[in-house]
Amino acid sequence: MEKTTLFDKIWDAHVVKSVPAGPDVFFIDKHFIHEVTSPVAFLNLEKRGIGVKNPSRTVATPDHNVPTVDQDKTIKDKLSRMQVERLRENCAKYGIELHDLGSAHHGIVHVIGPELGITQPGMTIVCGDSHTSTHGAFGAIAFGIGTSEVEMVLATQCIMQSKAKKMRITIDGVAGPGVTSKDLILYVIAQISAAGATGYFVEYAGSAIQSLSMEARMTVCNMSIEMGARGGLIAPDETTFEYLKGKQYSPKGEEWDKAVAYWKTLKTDEGAVFDKEYHFDAADIEPMITYGTNPGMGIKVLGNIPTTDGMEGSNKTSYLKSLAYMGFEPGEAIKGKKVDFVFVGSCTNGRIEDIRSVAAFVKGHKKAENITAWIVPGSREVEKMAHEEGLVKILEEAGFELRQPGCSACLAMNDDKIPSGKYAVSTSNRNFEGRQGPGARTMLASPLTVAAVAVKGEICDPREVFLN
Amino acid sequence: MAYDKFTVLTSTAVPLPTDNVDTDQIIPARFLKATEREGFGDNLFRDWRYDVEGNPKKDFVLNDPTYSGKILVSGRNFGSGSSREHAVWAIYDYGFRCVVSSFFADIFKNNCLNIGVLPVTVSPEFADKLLETITANPETTITVDIPNQKITLDSTGESESFDINEYKKDNMQNGFDDIDYLLNMSDEIDAFAANK
Repeated sequence: MEKTTLFDKIWDAHVVKSVPAGPDVFFIDKHFIHEVTSPVAFLNLEKRGIGVKNPSRTVATPDHNVPTVDQDKTIKDKLSRMQVERLRENCAKYGIELHDLGSAHHGIVHVIGPELGITQPGMTIVCGDSHTSTHGAFGAIAFGIGTSEVEMVLATQCIMQSKAKKMRITIDGVAGPGVTSKDLILYVIAQISAAGATGYFVEYAGSAIQSLSMEARMTVCNMSIEMGARGGLIAPDETTFEYLKGKQYSPKGEEWDKAVAYWKTLKTDEGAVFDKEYHFDAADIEPMITYGTNPGMGIKVLGNIPTTDGMEGSNKTSYLKSLAYMGFEPGEAIKGKKVDFVFVGSCTNGRIEDIRSVAAFVKGHKKAENITAWIVPGSREVEKMAHEEGLVKILEEAGFELRQPGCSACLAMNDDKIPSGKYAVSTSNRNFEGRQGPGARTMLASPLTVAAVAVKGEICDPREVFLN
Repeated sequence: MAYDKFTVLTSTAVPLPTDNVDTDQIIPARFLKATEREGFGDNLFRDWRYDVEGNPKKDFVLNDPTYSGKILVSGRNFGSGSSREHAVWAIYDYGFRCVVSSFFADIFKNNCLNIGVLPVTVSPEFADKLLETITANPETTITVDIPNQKITLDSTGESESFDINEYKKDNMQNGFDDIDYLLNMSDEIDAFAANK
């Protein structure tokens, strides 16, 4: 029998038809929508005079532009309010499940999907958001799509998609203390560059991946897009099943046993061939931080910003433009750089384990005077747990400001903006120019590093601040 | 929705010799708050094009009247980051029908083809050649020929062929979109879904 990869198994099982010399007609099991990339899709359905083919396969939540204060009140920003209202209208009209602002399971779409057990192994999942790759942590094919494709899924439950090439990234070995899954993925992206996996779908494997919790795996898969990959996935195992057991939408009883038996078949055959393979040793990985304006521009927090040696042409021009934006010089150390804001949140690191780790590390400390510290839970459920576990109290005593769930300062569509020229160390996923507000300077790092920076007030190694 | 047919385009071009132009630069998130697909061209490259007070930045190419045209030629890894189709809507709405680069991000490329903007991938050498030539001679035209899958620098006749699959090629030439195709095979999709 032909040896196939996990990606092949799931992909091939969802191809309705292969168009000769064209893409596949690809069936979608679950579709998540939010307020920003869906309204035009619904509008176009109306223009065509067609409806939603299978509303039970779509789940909605407003997350991108929602305020993170006073969510029980009318949204002040008119355009944001209109988008959220349009989402409500569209969900009501077509009978789509909506987890609205203030409801028990409201939150960032990539946080609530797993939390509710909607995301399951073997599924195909899409959303008009590039971080849909997050759901790949469960052994699902999950990727971001554009609004035209949102319309296709609503209208037909399919999209036209060419199968990506296959890449496997194996990380073996044991990471040292203070090194999180965020550091693993920032390290991988720094190694292979922000475009290094473009055209590929990535499977993450190896003992350092298998030993991660589901939430840590989600952080890894979430950032697949930051190296250009369509998505990333991890074969489901006992950790996956344990996480899903008892979740609201997880199969129950006999159905559960049947599902687990199927999920256990979802792995890459030994000897299956990938188009590209990378191997890394977790022992080589240290706490990481980005210094530039794409997520591939990462170094260890104890490292120096690369010099321009060996760079030429547009490569060098773009590099210097990026450093000029950040206000950094080639060759200088990043440690000790002054910071103004820290942000803990986003679909990358806004889950309960992230908040627990920040709270555990800042307990008994105070944030530095020069730091404004925002903590934004990924969902209402995360917020609730943070309260119940006493984490909110610890964080507030340390001087952090807890806000309500949403995408918030990750993309600064709402009022949570980093002011121009200010430095933010952020647990989010993108350090693009202006990503966290016009002129904002973003450095990406793990929740632990962010906690350390909040206390020290400057770039530092979390191992030096807390582990002694 | 359906768009204008695209077969052969001859036009002057706008040079943007920057690598890793991400979709947050093409259109910042704060301009994604519309519920209709209109007016995005005004905010194309917003933060490179205008200062915080909204005044045009003189050194940005879209503010330089020397350069214009329906083709945008950019550096490597164009369109990375967010899946926002608004980025392509902004490019289309501004008046571009074709973007040329030596490397495109995947989702961006799909989004382009879905609304009738042609992404043309050329070799890094040819991309540099195009950028140099149109920067030095803004009157120079480029011809993009979908039926023959060929891009030509008209002043010198230098050309390269480019990839586009037959299905998308046909769509672009006829102004069709994927939904037209999918709606036509709804029985097959239903039969498939029944077994899921």
